[in-house]
Amino acid sequence: MPKKSAALKSRASAPAKSAPPAAKASTAARSEVVKPLAPGKTSKGAPPLDRAEARRLYRQMLLIRRFEERAQQIYVEGKIGGFLHLYIGQEAIACGIMSLLHKDDYFIGAYRDHGYSLARGADPKPLMAELMGRATGISRGKGGSMHFYDIPNGNFGGDGIVGGHIVVAAGMGYAIRLRGSEQCVVCFFGDGAINEGAFHEALNVSSLWDLPVVFVVENNMYGMGTSVERASAVTALHERGAAYNMVHLPCDGMDIVKVRDTFADAFARARKEKKPTFVEVITYRYRGHSMSDPGKYRSKEEVEKWQEKDPIARLGMFLLDHKFATGKELEAIDKDVMVEVDDCIKFSEESPWPPAEYMYEDIYVKTPTLNWRAVEKDPAWERSLPDDRVPVIYPPHVSQGVK
Amino acid sequence: MLTYLEAIRQAMEEEMVRDPRVFILGEDVGNYGGAFRVTQGFLEKFGPERIIDTPISETGLIGAAIGASLFGMRPIAELQFIDFIGCGFNQIVNYAAKSRYRWGGGVPIVIRGPAGAGVHGGPFHSQSPESYFMNVPGLKIVVPATPTDAKGLMLAAIRDPDPVIFLEHKFLYRRLKEEVPAGDFTTPIGEARVARAGEDISIITYGAMVHASIEAADLVSAEGVSVEVLDLRTLLPMDRRRILETVKKTGRALIVHEATKTGGPGGEIAAIIGEHAFEHLDAPIVRVAPPDTPVPYSPPLEEHFLPNAAKIADAIRALAEY
Repeated sequence: MPKKSAALKSRASAPAKSAPPAAKASTAARSEVVKPLAPGKTSKGAPPLDRAEARRLYRQMLLIRRFEERAQQIYVEGKIGGFLHLYIGQEAIACGIMSLLHKDDYFIGAYRDHGYSLARGADPKPLMAELMGRATGISRGKGGSMHFYDIPNGNFGGDGIVGGHIVVAAGMGYAIRLRGSEQCVVCFFGDGAINEGAFHEALNVSSLWDLPVVFVVENNMYGMGTSVERASAVTALHERGAAYNMVHLPCDGMDIVKVRDTFADAFARARKEKKPTFVEVITYRYRGHSMSDPGKYRSKEEVEKWQEKDPIARLGMFLLDHKFATGKELEAIDKDVMVEVDDCIKFSEESPWPPAEYMYEDIYVKTPTLNWRAVEKDPAWERSLPDDRVPVIYPPHVSQGVK
Repeated sequence: MLTYLEAIRQAMEEEMVRDPRVFILGEDVGNYGGAFRVTQGFLEKFGPERIIDTPISETGLIGAAIGASLFGMRPIAELQFIDFIGCGFNQIVNYAAKSRYRWGGGVPIVIRGPAGAGVHGGPFHSQSPESYFMNVPGLKIVVPATPTDAKGLMLAAIRDPDPVIFLEHKFLYRRLKEEVPAGDFTTPIGEARVARAGEDISIITYGAMVHASIEAADLVSAEGVSVEVLDLRTLLPMDRRRILETVKKTGRALIVHEATKTGGPGGEIAAIIGEHAFEHLDAPIVRVAPPDTPVPYSPPLEEHFLPNAAKIADAIRALAEY
């Protein structure tokens, strides 16, 4: 079991709900059978961060942060509509995990999804354009903040229905098993989602059928305004993995090095042993649940306490300590990132709005049976293209050994 | 003067004072005051036993509401967005709707939540799910269009002995304000109302589209077309009598709704008219509804998707000329 971080300690001091003695006893018994971190052949951690990779990850985390800070600004200006959920504070998780994924691996996530796409290396311009509802958006303006997809890069996107996608990840894992490839699936969700039935159904079959899925609960302490202690009978969320005979462990999500170590093991387990892992990443969202959340359910001091563990500042210190970068260079990276984000906004503002025919596209592969032509007198339908842009999703022969 | 949202809040608050059996459960309804702040202040007033913050578990919270109602309670289950109702589908269509039929057990619950588009919520936060449930005998579905009906229907829904799905339109929450009668009154479930009287064409509609329809009726009145707008208020059971009354009066029927067209409530309304008032019709029945696509996020696409006064006015003109 990895050493408990400061973050974990602070969490442990939160008032734990008393469970019935029988339940406690059975959890303890299970934990003896299923070691929290199965030691052995796949427990090696990630390769140490070298200069180039550490700098790349630093820039990537900063990009997520600045991208979202600017998104927040332009949301207030009315340039983004609907709902906006920010990942700020949680960047080390997406960046650490994606840095270990192979090119032909997959991930699927929840609605706080900007960070996943950016960490997977998506061009940020179409992401900002999606937020602004433009034709150049990654989902052509049809989805918005919660629906970032980039299928050719294995990005199965965000999902606005809490927990709904967790079972889908199990199916993806099953398909990989049938292919016999060494791919894996990462499934991200928040602490709120683990109380949905879908979570339990997914973990059960993934363990039962030995599926190469890594389940990641990003425990940022609150499901909207409800704290974990008020929503889950088990507050060490990873322990729920014991119920499904699954390797389960906590991880400090504010430290990208620890994230990488934990997940390198989980991915090795998925690829080599075809076994799922359930990781509880302890983290914190600095901003509200969404833009309309005044955050009255938590104190300013609590937020500040977590900001002291800031994952980007932490990686910055790592870079300085290892002489991978100077303070000046870090500042230069930040400036460079801000220019890039400004370019994203400029690109989006200059992009056209989606034409009406986009609305009719991508609903079915072909739509002749609907016979809309006969019933709808919408010229936009006449202009819409046959829905034949079905993305190619790495066939098995391509996926083998591609990195 | 109350907004649509305040009227819903007032109804629940007054009924909770009157009736200790009423309690609310939902995600973030307590501490947070509800995703849209409908239950703001309720936790302080009624305490955590009656204002229950549930985990994010729609199956669980709807199921728990059903269970409590079987023992005589009057639970109100809030969904943060009505789109999430799919997660509790089985509880609603099999347990809530069929308990009375199977063994006589009434399920007097209210399942309420924000529905509808117009706020750029995108495909998962803008839907109008009424049609999914219209095919389920045992359920009632109400859709208030005004603050007064929001209050009256909420009081009626809580007191109703059967399960009621209460669809609130999120676009109307803070955009509508009117004098709402103080104190206790109900809007009977199953009764439509004439929202605007007219002679030449009947618009049959509900929810936010009532307002777009009235606006369209006002637009064409200058052109000499007199339009009656019927606000259904309840979709299940539907007020067939008033639908037929207005259509028999005008001889022309235009149906407007925000649910997508195919399989939408308009098909049922048209069938009622076709079956029972065919000989009174002077023109084909016309529907104005979004096309069969998900609700797009981008503002211009959403605008193209949704019916509005201009689109309804065009349909009125075409129908008037028939």
